[in-house]
Amino acid sequence: MRIALFVTCLADTMFPDVAKATVRLLERLGHEVVFPAAQTCCGQMHVNTGYQREALPLVRRYVEVFEPFDAVVAPSGSCVGSIRHQHAMVARNFGDEALADRAEAVAGRSRELSELLVDVLGVTDVGAHFPHRVTYHPTCHSLRMLRVGDRPLRLLRAVKGIDVVELPAAEECCGFGGTFAVKNADTSTAMLADKMRNVLATDAEFCSASDSSCLMHIGGGLSRLRTGVRTIHLAQILAGTEDQPWEVTV
Amino acid sequence: MNEGGPFHVGGDPATPPAPRGVGHLRGADPFPAAARAALADSQLRRNIGKATATIRAKRADVVGEVDDWEELREAGRALKTATMARLPELLTQLEERVTAAGGTVHWARDAAEANAIVTDVVGATGSDEVVKVKSMATQEIGLNEALAEAGIAAIETDLAELIVQLGDDTPSHILVPAIHRNRAEIREIFLREMPGVDPDLTDEPRRLAMAARAHLRRKFLSARVGVSGANFAVAETGTLSVVESEGNGRMCLTLPETLITVMGIEKLVPTWQDLEVFLQLLPRSSTGERMNPYTSMWTGVHPGDGPTDVHLVLLDNGRTATLVDEVGRQALHCIRCSACLNVCPVYERTGGHAYGSVYPGPIGAILSPQLTGVEDNASLPFASSLCGACYDVCPVKINIPEVLVHLRARHVEERRATRTVPNAEEVAMAAAGWVMADPGRYAAAQRAARMGRILAAGGDRIRALPPPLSAWTASRDAPKPPTETFRDWWARTRGADDGGHTP
Repeated sequence: MRIALFVTCLADTMFPDVAKATVRLLERLGHEVVFPAAQTCCGQMHVNTGYQREALPLVRRYVEVFEPFDAVVAPSGSCVGSIRHQHAMVARNFGDEALADRAEAVAGRSRELSELLVDVLGVTDVGAHFPHRVTYHPTCHSLRMLRVGDRPLRLLRAVKGIDVVELPAAEECCGFGGTFAVKNADTSTAMLADKMRNVLATDAEFCSASDSSCLMHIGGGLSRLRTGVRTIHLAQILAGTEDQPWEVTV
Repeated sequence: MNEGGPFHVGGDPATPPAPRGVGHLRGADPFPAAARAALADSQLRRNIGKATATIRAKRADVVGEVDDWEELREAGRALKTATMARLPELLTQLEERVTAAGGTVHWARDAAEANAIVTDVVGATGSDEVVKVKSMATQEIGLNEALAEAGIAAIETDLAELIVQLGDDTPSHILVPAIHRNRAEIREIFLREMPGVDPDLTDEPRRLAMAARAHLRRKFLSARVGVSGANFAVAETGTLSVVESEGNGRMCLTLPETLITVMGIEKLVPTWQDLEVFLQLLPRSSTGERMNPYTSMWTGVHPGDGPTDVHLVLLDNGRTATLVDEVGRQALHCIRCSACLNVCPVYERTGGHAYGSVYPGPIGAILSPQLTGVEDNASLPFASSLCGACYDVCPVKINIPEVLVHLRARHVEERRATRTVPNAEEVAMAAAGWVMADPGRYAAAQRAARMGRILAAGGDRIRALPPPLSAWTASRDAPKPPTETFRDWWARTRGADDGGHTP
């Protein structure tokens, strides 16, 4: 299958390994990955901070860049959530009904990684190997905007050598929330403290998730307190095999 | 599209917001500052964390028992939407039916008018004391203070409201106004403020309830005027309804000669049968009970049975202004169950006072700014991580995250229209938008971001960033930008663009 990668601005700029892992995984499964270089950002930060006017050109760009593809994947539940639940709304708010219709069509073909793997490609065992103790934070937008359910956990449990431990109060937000983490830094930190407490209670080496933004937040806290627990994107776990382990960077 | 665009810039003079200077919809401090103080209160953190966890679990249990819960939620949503679409007609019908049943209906444009109406009605009875059923509408308009100014004492009879009143405090939760207090604190308040209380009072819940019961019973028997809110009003019959757990409400609704009910205009349901849906949704969502212990309903006056002088005050106070907004109006569907407060990770940590309004939590963050006008509560729509837990539990399916995002845009558009000089955030957002709108500019900005590597000072993390990002690094490390972006890696290893086009 020919799959277009929407890398997301955060993974592109700050976490390129997550995107590289996504490419390696999909290619190993026998699919063709293409990267349209004209892509930039989904506009979620603008929409969620109130700047829909600035998001409109970004919505248009996403639609125009990804319209030619039958399948689009992004390693982020919240970016796909924005594409699926906000793009058409932004277009309509500025009276562009035609763009809204096109945005809905492209959104229908845009998937978060675990959705693509389980629903479209029909795999849960991707042949990965990761001999570590891992706990999984399901992320709010994957859970409640996309309803990915247990798809990521089914993928993780099929990984060879892994020890998946359940995260207490897993469904509770880590406190990131985009610009919320800065505008309401105190409340955000209080939420993060409880998320870290639960992560540490699992004795896991890694806290995984399907969103680099939540991982940047949780990882930022875990690192600040020198807990020794690292964060890792689901794609990075699924990318490694026994023959070709994925080299985990920070 | 509405006048002022989808974001209602400039508002509409025909539908004014709730006035300033009266009632309790506006706080003294913006949310982040008020939250900072609350977060440092370890007693409050513990009390609220414990209480919300308990109610959350109870709710989840009793909701799980209902096979058609999702259908019920959908029915609740549909009924509320249909009611709002014909509100003027239904309100007129309610007025006719209440009047025909011997009641008196008053229309109050805002808090000040409603307070004046209630004060006049009480004044006409010659009474200097009223007993009150727990009511959000009367808290919203600051009725107790208005009555006090006229020399009339308002006595809260709901146990939690009594605790708040005796403690000279303000409510911090819609359903459990004293949720921020534990039983040791309640004992202290009773010993200090309750006349004739047993000096050997312990903090055993049963003993505390008995003390309140003895105190209130005297008030019930002497009071000639009762004041209530309403959970529902039935347009086709003119029936008003209050649901409660303690029975104190039933006392206030039946013992006095005069009963005055203050009700927001959105509390209406068209028919008696519609109550079937809401009386299932409300108790399971709010107290985690299968049904309310006390469901009181009254229709006008019945000689020899209950109050002989019955009044209904229909309150707008910014509700019509809220109804104008096609996205935001769903906030008026709220049945005040508090399920969204109990699941909210923000509310759980800050408590209700940080929101500055009698309506705290997620529903407050979308309701208060609409009642007051967004600019008077501009920090509230941002007091959420948009985690969506509130939407999942709402018994009438109010899409709270959608409204939060919408109100954020209303605030930004309003500011844009009224300010001549953009602030730092506006400049940053405009710059980010300009960069992201073009892949060439975007790639250049990425290369510039790589300069941030020096901030890691040789380490693998950035420990400190300049303002406003210092708010991030105050408690969290930031990642060090990589030496190569993904798109540069792709171009280097895979060659040229192999899909899409540059529009």
